[in-house]
Order: sequence, then structure tokens, then C-alpha cells
Amino acid sequence: MKASIMITCLGEMFFPEVGVAMVKLLRRLGVTVDFPPGQTCCGMPLFNSGYHHDAALVAARTVKLFAQAEHVVVPSGSCAWMVKTEYPGLLKDDPALRTQAEALARKTHELSQFLVEVLGVTTVASPFQGRVTYHDSCHLLRGLGESRHPRTLLQAVPGCELVELPGSDECCGFGGSFSVRLPEVSTAVLDKKLANVESTDAKCLVACDAGCLMQMGGGLTRRGSRVRALHLAQVLEPGEIA
Amino acid sequence: MSETQLRTPFPQRAHAALGDAHLQEALTIATTKFIGLRKESFAGYPAGEALRDRARAIKEATLQRLDQHLERLADNIERLGGHVHWAATGDEARDIILRLCRDRGVRMAVKSKSMATEEIDLNEALEAAGVKPVETDLGEYIIQLAHEKPSHIIAPAIHKTKGQVADLFSKELGGRFEADPEVLTAVARKELRQKFLEADMGITGANFAVAETGTIVLVTNEGNGRMVTSLPRIHVAVMGMEKVIPTMTDLMIFLSILARSATGQKLSSYTTLVRGPRQPGEVEGPEELHLILMDNGRMRQVAGTLREALYCLRCGACLNVCPVYRQIGGHAYGYTYPGPIGILLTAMLEGTGAVKDLAHASSLCGACKDVCPVRIDIPRMLVELREQVDREKIAPWGERMLFGLARRAMASSALFRLGARLGRLAQRPFVRNGRLQGLPFFFGQWTRTRDLPPVAARTFSERWKDLERP
Repeated sequence: MKASIMITCLGEMFFPEVGVAMVKLLRRLGVTVDFPPGQTCCGMPLFNSGYHHDAALVAARTVKLFAQAEHVVVPSGSCAWMVKTEYPGLLKDDPALRTQAEALARKTHELSQFLVEVLGVTTVASPFQGRVTYHDSCHLLRGLGESRHPRTLLQAVPGCELVELPGSDECCGFGGSFSVRLPEVSTAVLDKKLANVESTDAKCLVACDAGCLMQMGGGLTRRGSRVRALHLAQVLEPGEIA
Repeated sequence: MSETQLRTPFPQRAHAALGDAHLQEALTIATTKFIGLRKESFAGYPAGEALRDRARAIKEATLQRLDQHLERLADNIERLGGHVHWAATGDEARDIILRLCRDRGVRMAVKSKSMATEEIDLNEALEAAGVKPVETDLGEYIIQLAHEKPSHIIAPAIHKTKGQVADLFSKELGGRFEADPEVLTAVARKELRQKFLEADMGITGANFAVAETGTIVLVTNEGNGRMVTSLPRIHVAVMGMEKVIPTMTDLMIFLSILARSATGQKLSSYTTLVRGPRQPGEVEGPEELHLILMDNGRMRQVAGTLREALYCLRCGACLNVCPVYRQIGGHAYGYTYPGPIGILLTAMLEGTGAVKDLAHASSLCGACKDVCPVRIDIPRMLVELREQVDREKIAPWGERMLFGLARRAMASSALFRLGARLGRLAQRPFVRNGRLQGLPFFFGQWTRTRDLPPVAARTFSERWKDLERP
């Protein structure tokens, strides 16, 4: 099977190790991985702030970049959601582009969904050791309806003990530009989340979205917490934990 | 909220709310309780999900023939001996009530909880006209004593702790009352009994009005709605035009999900059905019944971007789960309707300009849409409002410039890579223990409370070159 990586802007610049872990993991599972060049961002920051015309230009660009892909795998629930649910609408005025956007929407998968639903893999061998807790990212949970697969994959790692996070389905306060438009409110929401995380005694906080990981990870290190924020791919492929 | 308070920018209003320890305590307790009760209620009600779909479909179908349903409602109410008034604006609705008060010598009006009357600042108008309004819902009674506005659609005094209510009652009513909800309720009940008997007019909102029967429906938990609609000689109900529903069967569907969404109850303690004024041979009920059908910005949205907001049942569930509302409470929003749905309703009533900041008071987490009994896609409409704010060029120029830059970088991988390289250079003075802190400009909004990961020494594209050659 072939899959193309959509690395996302945050993955490209801030979390390349997540991308590397994902590539190694997919290869180990027998997937032929490629990385279409010229990627930037899915355009969600523009879309969410109301710059829809600009977001459409970015969407059109992304649609063309991945035209040849068999499957597209994204290490971020929100970006996958953007491509899957918003691209066709953004490009509705151009019938040819819209058709291509719909095709891209169908073949785009968030990583955990790709592993379980496309590859049919529910157990990945990993030497990872430790107690972890899982945060449900809003767009993966409510946008793509996914709460089971990441938990299934974590539970299947022999050394990994998954404890439920109280309020795991509550927002971490990131919300893209929300986090800098209303930084105090964003931080207050984050504080609640991190208090819940600390209450689990987990050593790692796992999520499937770069935005949430940036917010929660940034909050954890600022507080001097010993809890590490990790992407699911890093638990399944722990060689890439820096 | 007063004009002066509204002139304080929204982030500052939010800041004040975050620093209010009483508010934080009250909000956390109340919203957590509401969330749990709702969840439990629907968990034990397998039919609930399908009923939500049906309720949504009824709302949509009703909007498609709204004029017909409204005419039928009006005909039936008039046939029963009631009067129907059509108010295009809030001012008109207020004037109709004031005229009724003047013509009929009304000196005191008891009120059942109604957001529609809050929307038109009715109490202030009544007072100015020499009519004494008395709120009879306990929460509304509390905030009337405190000279405040509701901070939640169904729990108007949610922002107050019981200790604060005890202090308020002690000060305003004379006496020393302990912070025990039962004691405080008994105090209010005693105060209110006499008012019900003295009042000339009862003023209510309407949760629903059934077109086929001309029935006005009130959902309450205190029974005060029943007293307000039966003891005074005149009953006036103020209702947004979107609240009409076609049939009694429809009503049953809405009632089966409304209280569950609001408070986790199967039904509220009282469901009051009002059908016309007192009929010959009946021993109770008002001599006169007036229904005011109020537009006030609603009807232009039947074909507008906020159409779905007209489905709203005013259950308040979206407020309880909203991470922003749970942190700042209702008053910080600055308008009659707070929370996620409140932003949409404010845009409906006051125009897009009023919500240029509020449209961004959401992380778009989608929890509101998830709990909405009629599944209103609130996040989508918030994004559409942001789009309007952008199109009408009322967003700050600095922001528009920044997003213009972002768009260029996203449209060109060369620029995007250049951005990463520049970032790597510019960030050097700010790296501490491998994290970014103390960044300047708007980045500081982030790093004041959170670390930021630095732009990686090698981006994924750069590392891919090694991965390509295993």
C-alpha cells in the first residue's frame, strides 16, 4: 500500500520528530511512504478566522499537490478534518476543483484512523514503557467522531498503561488564533486541563493533534511539570522521543 | 449591560471575570452540575437522539412556512378571545406593553422568567412609566434585587454563590439570613406571595406557541409561571416569532428533550399551557390575554446566514459546556444572550458589528453543537460571522495584514521555507532550555503563560532527505 504524508505546518516546523516517527511506523507496517514536495499549511488558520477567499486558494493548492496520492495520512485531527469537511465547500465554485477536493477528502485520513480503518492494524509492537493518559482533540473527537482508535492502539502497547483523563473530551483551550486573541481565557481553559492531567499521575500526555500538543506541551514545560506531551506516533515509534 | 461597561473592550471584561473568585467558584460548581445532569439524563434515554433529529426537522419545516404558522396561531388565539400584536422591533413591543399598562391603569406587574423581555429592557421601561415590575422566578428575583442582568439563559443568577445571595437578601429585605438555599427560597416565596395577589398584570415569555390550538406554553420549575398567568387580571406574553410550532404532537417532541438538555430533568416541574383568557363559566384565569409576536431582527435571518440560530429552544446547554462561558460567565459577553448561541443571537439582534470581538470568543471546540437539542451548528455560524467581519473590513488592520502575510506564505512553499529559516534566526535570543520564552509582539500573547517549541533545527522537509535514502 502507498501513502503520502501531509506533514502540516506545525509538523513541518515545530514537530518534525512526529513526522519522522510516523514515516518509520508506516514503513514498518509495510506501507510505501512518499512526501509530496511543496507542502505548506492546510489553510485552517485562515478559514477559522474568516478569511475564506484566501483559505480557498490554499485549499486549491493542496488539492493539486496530492492529486496523485493513493492515501493521504495526517498526524493531526484538525487538519484532516479541514481537508475532509471544509475543502469541498471552499472550492464549490469550480466544479473540477470541487471534484478533486471531494476525492482528496475521501482518501485523507488522520493517523490513528488510517492505521485501524485502512491498514486494519490494532496492535503495533513498541518498546514504549510507562503510564499515559489521552486527550481527545476536539476536531478528531467531534469533527471526525474518533475516540476509540487512539485508545485501542495505546492499550495494545504492552508497556503502556493507559489511564483515563478526567474531562478528556473538554477543549485544551488552543483553538488556533483563539489562543493569542484571548490568551488569558485560553490559559484558564488550559490550566483546568493540566490540573486534570496531573491528577492522573501519568508520565506522558498523548494526543493526535499538533495544535493541542503545542498548547498543552507549552503549558506543561512552563509549569515545570514532569509530564511529557507526546504524539501517538511517538508512543508507537518511541525512537523519536527527543 | 450599560453603555460604559460595553465600551470596555471584551478581553478586559473577560480579564475581570477571570479574576473574580466568587464568579469562578459559582460557575464551576453550576456548569459542572448541569453537564453531569444532562449527560446522565440522555444516557438513560435511548430514544433521545432520534427525537433530537426530529425536533430539528420540525424547526426547519416550520421555518419554511413560518408566515402560515404564525397566522394560524394568531387566528386561533383571537378565536379564543385573546389579542395578538405584531411588533417589528423591540421598541414596538415595549410600546405595546406600556400602552396596555397606561390604558388599563396597571401599577404593578409580576413577571415569569423571560429572555424576550430582557431583550427589550422591559423592566427599565416599565419603571420609567411608573409601573413596578416584580420578577417572580427565584433567580430573576435575586438579580432584580441586585440590580443586575441575567448571566445565563435559564439560570439567571448562576454567577452568584449562595453566600452572596444570603448577604443580598439580608441587606435588601432586612434581617439576617443564613446561606441555605431552602431558607432563602422560603424568604423569597413569602415576599412574592403578596405581589401575585396585588399585581394588575402578569408578563411572561413563551417557550412555545402551538399554531393549531392557539396554546402558549411555559416551562418552569417553580410554579410561578402558573401564578403569573392566572392571578392578575391581564396576561401579556412576549414571544420571538420563531417560537411558533405547528402541532401539539410537535410540542411533545420538544418537551421530551428540552428539560433534559437544560437541567437533566425528564420534564420541568411545571408545564403551563395557556389557551385564551378566562372563558365564560371558568373560575380562574385572566380577563385579558395579549400575545406579542416580536420580530426584532429575526425574520431577516429566515433567509440569512443565521437561519439555524432560529431553531434555538433557549435551553442553555451550549453555555454550560462552552469552555469560554465556563471561564468568564455571561456578563462578560456584554449583551442579553451570552454563550455560544448568545453570540449568534447578538449578531441577529444588534448586527455583525456588535460581535466583531465576540465572534472570536470561541475555540470552535464544537461542544455546543454536540449538546444542542436541535443540533444547531454553532461553530460553523461563528466562522461565517468571522467571515462577514472580514468581508466588511471591520477586523483591525494589523490583523488583516498579518493574515495577508500568512496567506502569501501558505501559497508559496519557497516563502514558507524562508519563513522557517527566518524564524530559526530570529528566535535565538529567546531560547531557554530548548523552549521559546518572552517573545515580542503578538507572540508574547502566547509566551506570557506558555512555552513555544522553537522552529526545529531541521524541519521535516529537511529530514525527509535522509529518510528518502534509508
